[in-house]
Amino acid sequence: MKNRIRILRAEKKWTQQDLAGAVGVSRQTINAIEKEKFDPSLPTAFRIAHLFGCSIEDIFQFENGNS
Amino acid sequence: MDKKVERRKGIKRLAFWTLAWVLSVALVSFGGEFLWDGNQAMSIAAIGLNLLIGILMVLANRRFVENLDELEKKIQLESMGLTLGLTLVVGLAYSLLDVTNIIPWDAEISFLVMFMGICYLATVGMNTRRYR
Repeated sequence: MKNRIRILRAEKKWTQQDLAGAVGVSRQTINAIEKEKFDPSLPTAFRIAHLFGCSIEDIFQFENGNS
Repeated sequence: MDKKVERRKGIKRLAFWTLAWVLSVALVSFGGEFLWDGNQAMSIAAIGLNLLIGILMVLANRRFVENLDELEKKIQLESMGLTLGLTLVVGLAYSLLDVTNIIPWDAEISFLVMFMGICYLATVGMNTRRYR
């Protein structure tokens, strides 16, 4: 699943640690999501979207063929 | 923030019960020889204590896992799954080596415990690196 978290985070001048603290996950988890190595759960995706004031679809784009 | 504190508490709790369990194993193993001179009732009591502490350690481990975030839980689950499967397969193969007299020594359970520990550490390390 592709995402725009790194771009949105840079716009807000947040560090991975800032975002991790606000979402309630570890910095490593934010890093893995940004690198598209790990797809977050629906509640985490909603929390991230809420923090950036976007909808989930604005941040995450499903790619067919990815697990 | 609260989650971080809770997680740190969970790690300390798990470390405490793990240490207590290891000490209780040592107590059962050496107590009969050095502390209560082969008294069977004392050995049974020590094994009961060992079992109780072991259960508390398992519960502390469950709470520790509950406090992890979703990626950490995934890493733990994959590592535990691999460890369980490998321990079963390697443990049974090792036991068969003993049964068929291919190895001249007895297949001790301590080998399995050591194998489990090494396997778990290695798989946690590998999975952590995978998601880095």
